[in-house]
Amino acid sequence: MSAEQDSSTESFESLEAHAYQLEVRRNLLLSTPALIVLFCAASGPLLIMLVFSFLTPGDYGGIKWQFSTEAWFQVAFYRDIFDETVSIADAHLSIFWRSVKLSFLTTLVAFVLGFPTAYFIATRSPETRNLWLFLVTIPFWTNLLIRTFAILEIIRNQGLVNNVLIALGVIDQPLDMLYTDIAILLGMTYVYIPLMILPIYASMERFDFQLVEAAYDLYATRWRVLVRVIVPLVKPGVIAGSILVFVPSLGAYVTPRVLGGGKHLMIGNLIELQFGQGRNWPLGAALSLSLLVIVMVALIFYVRSAQKEGGAHGH
Amino acid sequence: MATSSRPFSIERMPGFSLLALTCFFALYMPLAPLVVYSFNAGDNIALWEGLSLRWYVAAWENDLVQSAAIRSVVVAVIASVVATSLATMVALGTTRTRPYRGQTSIYAMVNQPLMVPEIVTAVALLIFFALIKESTGYHGYAYLISAHTAFCIPFAYLPIRARLEGMDRVLETAAADLYATPWRSFTRVTLPLLLPGILAGAMLAFVISLDDVVITEFVKSAGQDTLPTYMLGQLRRTITPEINAISTVLLGVSVVMVTIIFFLSRKKA
Amino acid sequence: MKLMFKAVLSSLMLVFSGIAIAAGELNLYNWGNYTSPELIEKFEKETGIKVTITDYDSNETALAKVRAGGHGFDLAVPSHSHLPIWISEGLIANPRVDQMSNFKNVAEEWRNPDWDPGRQYSAPWQWGSVGVMVDTSVYDGDINTFGIILDPPEELIGKINVAPEMNDVISSALLYLGGEACSGDKELLKKARDKLVEAKPKWKSMDYGVIEKFAGRDLAASLYWNGAAFRARLKNPDVRYGYPKEGYSLWADAVVLLKDARNVEEAKTFMNFIMTPENAGLMSAFARYANSIVGSEKYMPEDMATAPEVVVPQEFIGAGKFYPTCSPEVQKIYAAIWTELLK
Repeated sequence: MSAEQDSSTESFESLEAHAYQLEVRRNLLLSTPALIVLFCAASGPLLIMLVFSFLTPGDYGGIKWQFSTEAWFQVAFYRDIFDETVSIADAHLSIFWRSVKLSFLTTLVAFVLGFPTAYFIATRSPETRNLWLFLVTIPFWTNLLIRTFAILEIIRNQGLVNNVLIALGVIDQPLDMLYTDIAILLGMTYVYIPLMILPIYASMERFDFQLVEAAYDLYATRWRVLVRVIVPLVKPGVIAGSILVFVPSLGAYVTPRVLGGGKHLMIGNLIELQFGQGRNWPLGAALSLSLLVIVMVALIFYVRSAQKEGGAHGH
Repeated sequence: MATSSRPFSIERMPGFSLLALTCFFALYMPLAPLVVYSFNAGDNIALWEGLSLRWYVAAWENDLVQSAAIRSVVVAVIASVVATSLATMVALGTTRTRPYRGQTSIYAMVNQPLMVPEIVTAVALLIFFALIKESTGYHGYAYLISAHTAFCIPFAYLPIRARLEGMDRVLETAAADLYATPWRSFTRVTLPLLLPGILAGAMLAFVISLDDVVITEFVKSAGQDTLPTYMLGQLRRTITPEINAISTVLLGVSVVMVTIIFFLSRKKA
Repeated sequence: MKLMFKAVLSSLMLVFSGIAIAAGELNLYNWGNYTSPELIEKFEKETGIKVTITDYDSNETALAKVRAGGHGFDLAVPSHSHLPIWISEGLIANPRVDQMSNFKNVAEEWRNPDWDPGRQYSAPWQWGSVGVMVDTSVYDGDINTFGIILDPPEELIGKINVAPEMNDVISSALLYLGGEACSGDKELLKKARDKLVEAKPKWKSMDYGVIEKFAGRDLAASLYWNGAAFRARLKNPDVRYGYPKEGYSLWADAVVLLKDARNVEEAKTFMNFIMTPENAGLMSAFARYANSIVGSEKYMPEDMATAPEVVVPQEFIGAGKFYPTCSPEVQKIYAAIWTELLK
């Protein structure tokens, strides 16, 4: 009797283990095609960069096949070109800090504007939702550079924004926005906002408003409903959106250059310089791999903690 | 709520519609100068010299810019369709599942293209593809399309994953209880539920591919200029309103397409 | 639906057709918006060779791509500063330009440049200079100096633009301080750095798009290339181009035959083709820079043949010089100064 019971739990366990194995196999199968493409056309070639970062810069760009750790040294330390003293590479640090700061602000502004927009779209009638969604992406059918120039046209001293504000009597002197951090922030928000709206919309569509109703029945205020009920439920979308805005804007290149007047480098420009006129490919490789590691660790940490926090809504 | 004349709506959030409409307004505002300057008689994109169709004529006669525009769209369509399909599969394989070894690595690898500035991927691909080009002699579009597909994958993946995470398994379990095959339950239950995520992902992938400049610049073979690389080449010289004209035409095409889709879907509904 | 399918199919075919391998084709790799469409049309009509143009945006990109191999281009148009690198790295073939039939049209001073002795490798394309453009309604003092940018007069402060070109900017500072471009003198480089760091707060921007800003009078001075100064003057008659007396750098772009070109004969035909006065005139009329072919002025627009931005006035010719690209050691210092300046 007892022996029979043992074997049945055992077989249940082994069945369970088998089901788990099947699930893992299915997951791996589903992931393989994308991983192959990524390996061939993104991550794989990046291994070349790992190798490059340990080589000596070529005289006119490129590399020389000579082992060196100089590039990694240069990421963090600055050897003065004139008196050979070594100090922390404060130029790299301040460029990095500027980029992080601007990307963070971009993400914040994109969220503040993008969340209500996604909410607005998700609460339209089902037939018109896709239309609104398309409306978000249509401006992006035009070219990035030309769009950036259009923004420049709008915010310059004689531009649309200043003229309207002056006509309305809000200000009497034009606001000097062009070539400031504000201009970069505006431009980057403009460029990246669909990356915030669309994922939030994706997780919000068919939102179950019975939950909201239940909350109101419990006398929750609108604000509390928003913060305690809606935001947690669409958290996956918010996470996705903020990753898609924050990470690419860290490496942004065109917008800071055009709207910022090019007087300050961002990480993207700094790395580009090494592969271009700077002719220091190993340093460019080492800088970008450092960036990759920092962002990757931060990302995994962020996603894990965000998911744990919303643990009640498990899957 | 006595002060509010409107009936109480659970969906309404005060100020949200206003913010949303502001956002739409801001999205379209820069398009005004863009479109206006496409009719500029002068040769500058920010200096108005009178009304003319000159740049539409120029664009019409310029095979280079036309084929670059068509090429951009075609590459973006192919890359975004492939990337979205692959991303949907990975999303299904990495979401709503019991944790397994390698899950984090897959997640990291899928998102990796986001994390290095484009120039780095571009140089790496240049060297890697040059080896293949030299040894096979093939110079076609496969390089450009596979590069675009790869960097589009995370942009498609994240919205799809976000959608999937918010879906519970109740309906699929119900379908299975009713003896639906896994494939049937996928096409009849999971896929329709997932569709908004897929659509959002596909749209993002499309515009990201359409705008790419640095990777394209380094990967393209002879005669494979896209609109952005065509324009990058002009940066140090003059950028003429020809680009505005082409962009306006592209805008027009997208508006027409959206309108058609809208009316078709209304007819069905 | 069927119609749409057809449209898609035909546009696909349009896009994916014609990668040049067959004879009678030519792949030109050139700076963007630099190749006159009329010139190409004329060439295609006269020779029956189909030309495919592909753009690049910088010498570095072009060099990196050609060096990597497998690019499929036949001709490229590097600047004089980079040409010796292309030669020494074995990237280009020697088509003996000096023995081509139209070489006789090349002006005397362009027949034996330092960067291509004997002119065997490269056919002349266009050339220009790096100087300063100034709105003389804002400042009417001496504009033939880099002091406009580096020690700006009161009137110009806050209205200055500097082209974001590392080499041009730092070399100009070195010239201004009495040195040579790409000088290895560390004391002087240090002074140049300090000068640039001191001057930068007085600049408004470091940007490429200047013509419309001079026209709209948002800018009053810029370190820039002569061709743009010429075009800006056509929009704003107060704009003048200064040739700095401390010395300024000249540049020239030239057509070279790539070693792995697949259409060698067609490429040589093209190199010879552009050395006739009429064709060189067409080339300049489009891109608005000078060329090196005697008698080509006849085929340029009137306003261009006499423009002081294009035809260097006699008194300033002596100060202009072609500088080779910097040595790797100096380039490293340039990059460090640049990073320091823009951090």
